[in-house]
Amino acid sequence: MKTNDLINLLAKDARVRIRFGRIFLIALAIGVVISAALLLSTLGLRRNMADMIETPRVLFKLGFTLLLAVTATRLAFRIGKPGVSLQSAALMLVLPLAFLIVGIVTELFVVPQTAWASSMEGRFPAFCLFFVPTLSIAPLAAILYSVRQGAPENPGTAGAVAGLAAGGIAAAIYAWHCPDDSPLFLATWYSIGILVATAAGFLLGRKILRW
Amino acid sequence: MKHSAREEEWAAWMRAAIAGDIKAYDRFLKAVTPYLRSIARRRCDQFGAPSSEVEDVVQEVLLAVHLKRGTWDNSRPIGPWLSTIVRNKLIDSLRRRGRHVSVPIEDVMETLEADHHEDGADRVDVDRMLEGLGDPQREIVRSISLGGAGIRETAERLQMTEGAVRVALHRALKGLAALYRSNTRENE
Repeated sequence: MKTNDLINLLAKDARVRIRFGRIFLIALAIGVVISAALLLSTLGLRRNMADMIETPRVLFKLGFTLLLAVTATRLAFRIGKPGVSLQSAALMLVLPLAFLIVGIVTELFVVPQTAWASSMEGRFPAFCLFFVPTLSIAPLAAILYSVRQGAPENPGTAGAVAGLAAGGIAAAIYAWHCPDDSPLFLATWYSIGILVATAAGFLLGRKILRW
Repeated sequence: MKHSAREEEWAAWMRAAIAGDIKAYDRFLKAVTPYLRSIARRRCDQFGAPSSEVEDVVQEVLLAVHLKRGTWDNSRPIGPWLSTIVRNKLIDSLRRRGRHVSVPIEDVMETLEADHHEDGADRVDVDRMLEGLGDPQREIVRSISLGGAGIRETAERLQMTEGAVRVALHRALKGLAALYRSNTRENE
């Protein structure tokens, strides 16, 4: 085929039916709704959430997971757009990390040393380990699908960021059920679940985010 | 033409194209191609690759620009977007042809030289690649690219609606890009 023939062909397909930003938002919304519905239909909300939501530890848990979900999703959105600087969006990931460290240090001061281990272990670590990765499946599929419509420079990195965002979203959803409130629990079991999602995103991304 | 004027003109054409203006898009693609060719030719010369490979690379880059044009935020300048896509696709395309790029690839907007010389057809056996597309995609591609027919004409000839022809054309272009990727991978 001559290049001019190809140009003829491309020109006839000029119109863009749906822009990248819109694809991303719609897919993300679907992923979040599926994941939230999954939590509500299996475990349900925490029974005493109305009372507990005003305690500092629960507020911290909801705040940290939401902050991670928002900052990582923002980076995942930008990573699919060529020529857009990623530096500031990547730096924003320091915010949830710093927030978590502040939470851990505060907890270590407030809780006597003898209770550190039991705070970390919590009551239902296995639930957390199972549900954070499980709840991240729908958001991960949605974000990977959207980033695939974009043009990420490095497929593995883009996949990992998608996984981190999906893990953050899953954590922010699971936090509405989870009865373990210590930042030490959060830093251990939630982190493992989020890392599983990130690794899955990395491996999938390397395969499917080439363009 | 000055770099900024060129960039603004390209952006205006691309904006119109995204809204469905076939003529503006044709102008955009025809204006960008000589610059892409000049960059691709310099790279192929550097590696001692046959010049027939230049057109393959140019076509692959054009397909990438086309399929990813929805990621351009049309309130931003088009230069950084275009240059990033072109650079990434060039590196990818040359790497699959077994040539590792070690020197940074020049920016499309900074490239002053335009190469209007076309070396006839590309090297990849397009007829074989078109076999990889199913019907009616293959017929539509043949009718529009080789026969120079429009969407309406093609729709009438194949007794399809114009909408169905448009959808099939878009799928065919996606398929063509995928075939390019797997075709050069086989040759590794």
